[in-house]
Amino acid sequence: MTAVRDFDWKPLALVPALALLVLPFVGSPSTWLTLTVAGLAMGMIIFIIASGLTLVFGLMDVLNFGHGVFIALGAFVATSVLGAMGDYTQSAELWRNLLAVLPAMLVAMAVAGAVGLAFERFIVRPVYGQHLKQILITMGGMIIGEELIKVIWGPAQIPLPLPEAMRGSLLVGDAAIEKYRLIAVAVGLVVFGLLAWTLSRTKVGLLIRAGVQDREMVESLGYRIRRLFVGVFVVGSALAGLGGVMWGLYQQNVIPQMGAQVNVLIFIVIIIGGLGSTGGALIGALLVGLMANYTGFLVPKVALFSNIALMVAILLWRPQGVYPVANR
Amino acid sequence: MTTINNTGNLLELQGVHTHIGAYHILHGVDLAVPKGQLTMLLGRNGAGKTTTLRTIMGLWHASQGSIHFGGRDITAMNTPAIASLNIAYVPENMGIFADLTVKENMLLAARSASNAAQMDEARLQWIFKLFPAVEKFWNHPAGKLSGGQKQMVAVSRAIVEPRDLLIVDEPSKGLAPAIINNMIDAFDQLKKSGVTILLVEQNINFAKRLGDTVAVMDNGQVVHAGSMAALAEDEALQRSLLGLAL
Amino acid sequence: MLNRLLSNDYPRSKVLAVILVAIFLGLAFAPFLFPGVKALSVAAKVLIFVVLVASFDLLLGYTGIVSFAHTMFFGIGAYGIAVATTRLGPTWTALGVGLGGALVLSLLLSLAVGLFSLRVRAIFFAMITLAVAAAFQTLASQLSDITGGEDGLTFKVPELLSPSFEPFEEPFLGVTIDGRLICYYLLFVAAVALVLALLRIVNSPFGRVLQAIRENEFRAEAIGYRVVVYRTTSSVLSALFATLAGAMLALWLRYNGPDTSLSFEIMMDCLLIVVIGGMGTIYGSAIGAVLFLVAQSYLQDLLRLGSEATAGLPWLSALLSPDRWLLWLGVLFVLSVYYFPTGVVGRLRAAAARKAG
Repeated sequence: MTAVRDFDWKPLALVPALALLVLPFVGSPSTWLTLTVAGLAMGMIIFIIASGLTLVFGLMDVLNFGHGVFIALGAFVATSVLGAMGDYTQSAELWRNLLAVLPAMLVAMAVAGAVGLAFERFIVRPVYGQHLKQILITMGGMIIGEELIKVIWGPAQIPLPLPEAMRGSLLVGDAAIEKYRLIAVAVGLVVFGLLAWTLSRTKVGLLIRAGVQDREMVESLGYRIRRLFVGVFVVGSALAGLGGVMWGLYQQNVIPQMGAQVNVLIFIVIIIGGLGSTGGALIGALLVGLMANYTGFLVPKVALFSNIALMVAILLWRPQGVYPVANR
Repeated sequence: MTTINNTGNLLELQGVHTHIGAYHILHGVDLAVPKGQLTMLLGRNGAGKTTTLRTIMGLWHASQGSIHFGGRDITAMNTPAIASLNIAYVPENMGIFADLTVKENMLLAARSASNAAQMDEARLQWIFKLFPAVEKFWNHPAGKLSGGQKQMVAVSRAIVEPRDLLIVDEPSKGLAPAIINNMIDAFDQLKKSGVTILLVEQNINFAKRLGDTVAVMDNGQVVHAGSMAALAEDEALQRSLLGLAL
Repeated sequence: MLNRLLSNDYPRSKVLAVILVAIFLGLAFAPFLFPGVKALSVAAKVLIFVVLVASFDLLLGYTGIVSFAHTMFFGIGAYGIAVATTRLGPTWTALGVGLGGALVLSLLLSLAVGLFSLRVRAIFFAMITLAVAAAFQTLASQLSDITGGEDGLTFKVPELLSPSFEPFEEPFLGVTIDGRLICYYLLFVAAVALVLALLRIVNSPFGRVLQAIRENEFRAEAIGYRVVVYRTTSSVLSALFATLAGAMLALWLRYNGPDTSLSFEIMMDCLLIVVIGGMGTIYGSAIGAVLFLVAQSYLQDLLRLGSEATAGLPWLSALLSPDRWLLWLGVLFVLSVYYFPTGVVGRLRAAAARKAG
């Protein structure tokens, strides 16, 4: 993290800029508020998923095209856990709901992290340094993962209803703001806060930040960066699992292909943000989330294209993403 | 704990060959670095000096030959393991982490400290005396420093904890003459503190003032090895090896 | 003469040559050798995929560019034919217009994509093409006025090619000569011509420079080749051939929809085929396509047998379910990338080289 007075504020300003830009087109401020909160919530969930992927790439130059598998896995595990805790989810008391949701998240993260460990060991490790093979193999891994999910949970979609107390909206003036979306934003901020704190205040975080810039030098200082990488990969997979749970609850629905679907958005996000940059991933995710919701309301047909157009526009401004990582 | 073999050499290379892809860079390098002394590694550009240093550090692997450090065979070890033997490496490009502050750069190098407060205060004060710029820019991103200041940070990193061997690649490259003198003084102090140093340099002043032992490389081999004093007296030898007089 | 036809790119392995000749003859006489509707469908699909994957090999194997947007051009070709015949009627002119329009669109898009790729790093480019392909598929299903949306377009083809056209009453060698057969042979001739053309391209000076760029872009640039021009040209050529393959698909199926030609599955199929067959060989796409499509069609039957046989162990039975054939293909794919990186063609050639040397 750079010193405060050198902080590059321009990319951060893009987020409110986009929001304000769209306001005249939307017209009504209350609709705008609803859309904006929805966008921020979606963006936060995407950030949770993308943060692991961008660090994995930044640190070890490993491109995991199969990151989507952890998203789907997390979501499906959640359906099983929440499905088994019906009396907690159907209760109208929030704390009871949380007693179901929190374990669901933790189990999802644990399973995704464990699968991540295996994924790194058997799929990714043999192809360090070979980008083409990484792309091919991780895609293969995702296909295998998706099919295995179909074997375990069946090929059809499974509903993932929100627990009782998390449903519904709060009224802010004329605007209806869904409670779950606020929760999503809160969780996202907590994750970002934890990541930011770890990266800037702990030695492990220091190692990661240094490793992203110059892996060789970190090794020359005596640190076994491979071990660090496995750790980051596992944490990244676990975070993707958490993101999967939240995405599933956001859509109230999970399908085996959701990994592949969200994958595309994740890539757009980390390209916008700059490969290796957590802050960039946050900005990219918020922009993508907002864009998806605004265009979904204004011009639904071009939703996905709008995100691509956004990515192209940003790349024309900064070809390495908004916060390019040094020394690459 | 590093032990010294009976010849008094802390580091020994024997018949080291290094291939990078299809290129055969080192053609059997024999090098001895005596303990407690400063060994200069001289030679023209492209002679293989940097490759030798990188091979010692395990960044490139020797295809033939052996490397012994303190009597222990480190030829096939990986870089982090070699560095953990208390060898500090300052590469040609300095290896400064530009987005990290000077303090963070130093903290990284201090393996035993998990936060800034745990770094050896006395040692830091000694480093600040050697290189005032390090103290001055302590909380600034290292990337903002000038070339000379970065070089000071790079060397400081190498000595933030006691090390048995310092391997330094062209510390004076691109520096202004006044800064170079600073650097020479610092290395002089380091030498006096008992550290073994292997230094690659093109700058003649460095060689003259600091070198105890000297090895000259050409075409991937060491073509001359001996004391600096002996080389300094033999002008003809100097010209034939280096193309100029020291 | 064979020399010039194959552009001096011999199989370089007796086994490989035999296999290729067998494939060629098998496809040439498929209607007579393999009676039945299914077999002919598989054969036609092989022809189409050989062209599609060979064009992908030009991009990936010879130029070293990873692009997931290949199916986009495949789809453009297919939709070109589909839209034109739907709007203008089943005439040869319509086919011409559709094909021409599709080629122009592919040319422009591939030019844009190719030039953009050079502003960003290879990894970015791969991800971007993934996003673009996904977006294009969504677009195709949403512009239902033009493309028929999710349902796609069903259309008629010119008289000569339609199944109802039967010029001869008597069957020839046991097979009724009808429009379908004629269509098949049209595809066959087209496939052979296009593959030979690709062989010509990759063995020309242009092709050699491509390979040089793939090996070491920096050096190629230093020697004086304008990498930008070569890579863009390769992208465009690859896209155009894929478009032609798409047109072939549409002609054969007389139908096209977003899933038929734009789906991610097809992209993965291309990757699988080119890896298993052998990257950077062109011949690999032929072998890979045959292996893959035969497996795809008949593997499911095999799995069904396995699944029923293991009915006592439900988890094993579920793993062997014919619906999960993609799982096993995925496993095969991952294993191929590790242990079989040069593909079938690479392995055969290496074996032959060892024997000779």
